[in-house]
Amino acid sequence: MFWLDIKIAWFMATRQIMRSNIWTTLLIVGVMTLTSLNLIVISGILVGLIEGSVQANKNYYTGDVIVSKLEEKEYIENSNAVISQIKNIDGVKNYSARYLDGVSIEANYRTRTDDTKQPDVASAQAVGINPEQEDALTGISKFVVEGEYLTSQDYDKVLIGAYLLKKYLPVDSPGFAALENIGPGTKIRISFGTTTREFTVKGILKAKVDELTTRVYFVDSQLRGLIGREDFNVDEISVVLDPNINPSDVTNRLLAAGVGSVAKVQTFSEAEPKFLKDIKATFALLGNAISSIGLAVASITVFIVIFINAITRRKFIGIAKGIGISGRAIELSYVMQSFFYAICGSVIGLLMVYGFLEPYFAANPIDFPFSDGILVAPVFETGVRVGLLIFATIIAGYVPARMIVRKNTLDSILGRN
Amino acid sequence: MITVKELTKTFKDGDKETRVLKGVDFEAPNGDFIAIMGRSGAGKSTFLYQMSLLDIPTSGQIIIDGSDVSSLSSAEKTKFRLERLGYVFQDYALLPDLTAIENVALPLLMLGETKKQAYKHAQDMLTQVGLGHRIDNLPSEMSGGEQQRVSVARAIVHKPKILFADEPTANLDNISSKQVMEIFKELNAGGQTIIMVTHEEEYAQAAKRIVRLDDGRIVS
Repeated sequence: MFWLDIKIAWFMATRQIMRSNIWTTLLIVGVMTLTSLNLIVISGILVGLIEGSVQANKNYYTGDVIVSKLEEKEYIENSNAVISQIKNIDGVKNYSARYLDGVSIEANYRTRTDDTKQPDVASAQAVGINPEQEDALTGISKFVVEGEYLTSQDYDKVLIGAYLLKKYLPVDSPGFAALENIGPGTKIRISFGTTTREFTVKGILKAKVDELTTRVYFVDSQLRGLIGREDFNVDEISVVLDPNINPSDVTNRLLAAGVGSVAKVQTFSEAEPKFLKDIKATFALLGNAISSIGLAVASITVFIVIFINAITRRKFIGIAKGIGISGRAIELSYVMQSFFYAICGSVIGLLMVYGFLEPYFAANPIDFPFSDGILVAPVFETGVRVGLLIFATIIAGYVPARMIVRKNTLDSILGRN
Repeated sequence: MITVKELTKTFKDGDKETRVLKGVDFEAPNGDFIAIMGRSGAGKSTFLYQMSLLDIPTSGQIIIDGSDVSSLSSAEKTKFRLERLGYVFQDYALLPDLTAIENVALPLLMLGETKKQAYKHAQDMLTQVGLGHRIDNLPSEMSGGEQQRVSVARAIVHKPKILFADEPTANLDNISSKQVMEIFKELNAGGQTIIMVTHEEEYAQAAKRIVRLDDGRIVS
């Protein structure tokens, strides 16, 4: 009997859809499309906003794997051996070794006339890089917003991170000092412990990765001498892998080779800053909350649409019951119509997301102040959201149909309340 | 055979009660053709709705072929209507999204016939009522008389025990009305039980028997 109900429901539903007003159908499908986009895109952008930061952190700083000094050590001991091991792992595409040291930078000392005033000083992390190797790995030269990027031949020249400069970070915080009047060609004094030396700012680097924009960059050969690292022991090594290589496999191999005794070995996700992980979780929560509201709005929308549809067809529902069509078949015919609208809206929504929006935002990220936002729409999670939408739509279609079908047959036919 | 015993129907509107049927007793043997007549408000349509299980009487019994059908559940009544009863409504009551053949085939499909069988029987029935050439037309594409003939075809396609008709000619012109009445006469000649409400004396004469209602009671 249930099979017969389904057969009759299909018979009536297909004909109602085929012969309904095309504009009404388009309007309902349009609403469902917007609803599915609302469910997928809003949370996708929220997550993507942070994912943009995560990707930038990976692409421009950590690489796929980052090997860094142990907390209790000054550097990665026997760095050359570690680098050799990294180079020997299949799937390692490139790497960049960096020297790090805490420094103090002073600016405007030549124009300072009043000794009672505080000098213009900021603390920063000095990074010694092989400019060509670093650029090949992370492409940071494209973030130089003023002046020029370093070359291996540069001496007494530095790149300075924008967040060390007041004009790029106009925040007056007692715990964080920034330098004034700095531009390409400006002379600054940098102190390494007891040694102080004058450098020329060659360029200013600004990226949406804090690690990059709070550092001052030197050519590695010069910094090595200044901080006493003629043993070539570095502080961190970023490693980029071939696309098909799992970073965890590489970290496992390095740990198995004993690198863990001299350095911290992490995948890019393990090395994500804690605040990024926290914001990611927060935004995912927000995305789910907004999606839940979207789902409720979608359910109410479909309920109203189907309810109006059922109310206007109340007479015909009564007639169908009057000639012996079972209530269940009539209810199912409305459920099928709801399903049709939900499927059409969802499919169009998915085509828009995967065929246009996701690739578009990947190519043209949204320029948020602290990240380049992309659209994140993982297939499984998107599938769950679409599944929920379809389920909610079916329920929202069933309830009004059931309400009308339960009414007295004659009252429905005659339009009596 | 349909037997009605002490049938009453009271409508309530707030505190106000209106007794439309006041203890009606009635009997129609198989093969009968009865016209129910009466002035406006006499309760004739209400009486038809109770007998045809479209409405729920306040009290009384309706016995069809020995079974008391007034106590059936809503779903059971729907099934009973499908299997045993046929209806022709005053305003045709066709489903607007279905073509003529689909409207007529629908009860057959619900009875379990295959689409092919149902369409074949529906086409035969439409041809019988003179609409063999209009099977693929929607109700909106047909005249009132044609729609009523589709309604008749739908009402009898599953060979019901009793055919109920509520003012079947009220919205039709003279020619269409006569066509419908001719169909009824032919059906009755073939043994079909018909109970028809009408206010038109001319068409009531086509029936074998006329029952007159006044103020909720059968008066003749």
